[in-house]
Amino acid sequence: MSEAVAKTKIFEVDSHTINFGPQHPSAHGVLRLILEMDGEVIERCDPHIGLLHRGTEKLIEYKSYMQAVPYFDRLDYVSPMGCEHAFALATEKLLGVQAPERAQWIRVLFAELTRVLNHLLAIGHFALDCGAISPSLWMYEEREKLLEFYERASGARFHSNYFRPGGVAKDLPAGLEADIAAWADEYPKFIDEMENLLNGNRIFKQRLVDIGVISAQEALAWGFSGPSLRGSGVAWDLRRAQPYDKYAEVEFDVPVGKHGDSYDRYLVRMAEMRESVKIVKQALAKMKPGPIKVQDRKITPPTRAEMKHSMEALIHHFKLYTEGYHVPAGATYTAVEAPKGEFGVYLQADGSNRPYRCKIRSTGFAHLQAADRLCKGHMLADMVAILGSLDIVFGEIDR
Amino acid sequence: MTMPFWDTDTGIVILTLLKTLALVVPLLIGVAYLTYFERKVMGAIQLRKGPNVVGPFGLWQPFADAIKMLMKETILPTGSDKVLFILAPMITFGLAIIAWAVMPVNNGWAIANINVGVLYLFAVSSLGVYGIIIAGWASNSKYAFLGALRSAAQMVSYEVSMGFVMVTVLILAGSQNLNDIVLAQKHLWFAIPLFPVFIIFFISGLAETNRAPFDLAEGESEIVAGFFVEYSSMSFGLFFLGEYANMILISGMTTTLFLGGWLSPIPFAPFTMIPGPLWFIFKVLICLFVFVWVRATLPRLRYDQLMALGWKVFLPISLVYLVLVAGVMEYSGLLAHA
Repeated sequence: MSEAVAKTKIFEVDSHTINFGPQHPSAHGVLRLILEMDGEVIERCDPHIGLLHRGTEKLIEYKSYMQAVPYFDRLDYVSPMGCEHAFALATEKLLGVQAPERAQWIRVLFAELTRVLNHLLAIGHFALDCGAISPSLWMYEEREKLLEFYERASGARFHSNYFRPGGVAKDLPAGLEADIAAWADEYPKFIDEMENLLNGNRIFKQRLVDIGVISAQEALAWGFSGPSLRGSGVAWDLRRAQPYDKYAEVEFDVPVGKHGDSYDRYLVRMAEMRESVKIVKQALAKMKPGPIKVQDRKITPPTRAEMKHSMEALIHHFKLYTEGYHVPAGATYTAVEAPKGEFGVYLQADGSNRPYRCKIRSTGFAHLQAADRLCKGHMLADMVAILGSLDIVFGEIDR
Repeated sequence: MTMPFWDTDTGIVILTLLKTLALVVPLLIGVAYLTYFERKVMGAIQLRKGPNVVGPFGLWQPFADAIKMLMKETILPTGSDKVLFILAPMITFGLAIIAWAVMPVNNGWAIANINVGVLYLFAVSSLGVYGIIIAGWASNSKYAFLGALRSAAQMVSYEVSMGFVMVTVLILAGSQNLNDIVLAQKHLWFAIPLFPVFIIFFISGLAETNRAPFDLAEGESEIVAGFFVEYSSMSFGLFFLGEYANMILISGMTTTLFLGGWLSPIPFAPFTMIPGPLWFIFKVLICLFVFVWVRATLPRLRYDQLMALGWKVFLPISLVYLVLVAGVMEYSGLLAHA
């Protein structure tokens, strides 16, 4: 008898492990998750990052300040100008210059267009993760219009390299302002249509309400920012809290959620697009003709025409595009309210023409680290929805 | 006097074979063009063009796809159960085709005009889930296994209520013969008195065919392709064709049970002259359009939510409606006593 008891083995039914990604359709790039699951319920969610690591921060240490700008386009490639903005402001702070009025307005204008650009993709793919196919395609259509504005302003659809330290690369081409204004008038109708399709949809709500709830305190503790933090009810917006460029002169609301679930994060993004349109209209109205970059030729290149007759301009041009400019020694942490949240650049200059250190504070990194906290106890299908609601892009997480 | 050739045993076999051919060939072409139809309709909904390169208006696209599929290598995963792995798509596709044996496309036009047609259809369409479960199991892959599990779990939840809906139809028609069921709708389509359960039937049909918003076993964004994630080439193709054949089947069932089959919806001269099969095809097309429309519009349910929907909403409604219809029929003396 006692022998039989001794022989009895206790078997524990093991949870099974799933390797989610990096080739998974909902992996938002190259996310790899190791999921420990009990049937469909997630017991542990372990994000593995680094598959898109390009060593951006280190590379920037070997580039002049002007050459560093394009790297920022390639961080959060869904909202390129949002990242450039932070670097431009950080460098300007170290240089002790301020971009001229018009440049600041152009930056505000394009930062908000970028916000819409980002949220379109975020919401579209979020809906796609939940199984709704059409919104993402409709949103690509709208995105296309915005990318066209990008192209007209900077020459590139994606990697625009437009916000430079000291201003913007070039002035807006003729007619662009009017076209953006026309778009801004039309766009709210598109948001209405989307809200019509998604907001009240019972299946959509069933999938999102009370899924991935995070309280305001916890969200702050995990380092959330942007729409993900505001979804939990914290009205924290850097555009409001520490206005940069011309944000102090525009009026807008900061939408906040109540419950901190996936649905609230989605609603906040929808509402933010409306606010962005408001800001775009104000920026267009208040914008006046004028210089679009600092007139100090040691920092910004002279015009082509000037170079044809001025030897000094030619030398400036040559020096700028070979050696670049020297930034006085110092350090700054400058953050902007990028579409995904607080995007910051810690820049340390040693007086040379290259940054001594450029640490990038990416938004998605902080959000992704909460993946385990948010997904635990939810089902596999919910996990996809939660990750979608956090709006993760791997370009900036892996850097 | 000798028997006419078509009444001899050989004659009957040949005739049945010919009939089968006459049904299956258009059906397969229909399946091929349903993929085209779906892509075109979804394209229109999503503000894009859909296939338009291969042939005029992209009409050869289904054949191009089929050729591509046949040229690919059939991959047998090392860890898989080879026999079951190959068997599964055959089961899915075969079942989707044989169900058509009892479907009347015109008065008396069915390969087998049997008296338990409804039962046969129900049985065959329920068996379809075995293809999925076997595929998921035999693949020996975690994603496929999850897909199979989901399929097994959800299967019962909607089929019970679907069965009750069918019984309701049987009570109204007083027959299990599909031909008689259609004829019983001469004056009033069953979709009208049975509207709530008609909706339940159609939604269960979406679940039965693993179509959005119930494509959980497939779950593109969650479990990649679910049960057929390991399949390639024509074995994948058979699943694909099976799914579309099933869509046509469920649309055919909806048409037969609720929308008056081949009968003209407007019962006078110019309309009654249109041949029955055309009406049948027209009605099936409308159902198929709704299938595609739903797919392009709705997000996917979670699988526990589908089960909750099946057990907590559909089952009570269909059960109450069954009792209600039976009671009304009994008291009005319309109930057919066998």
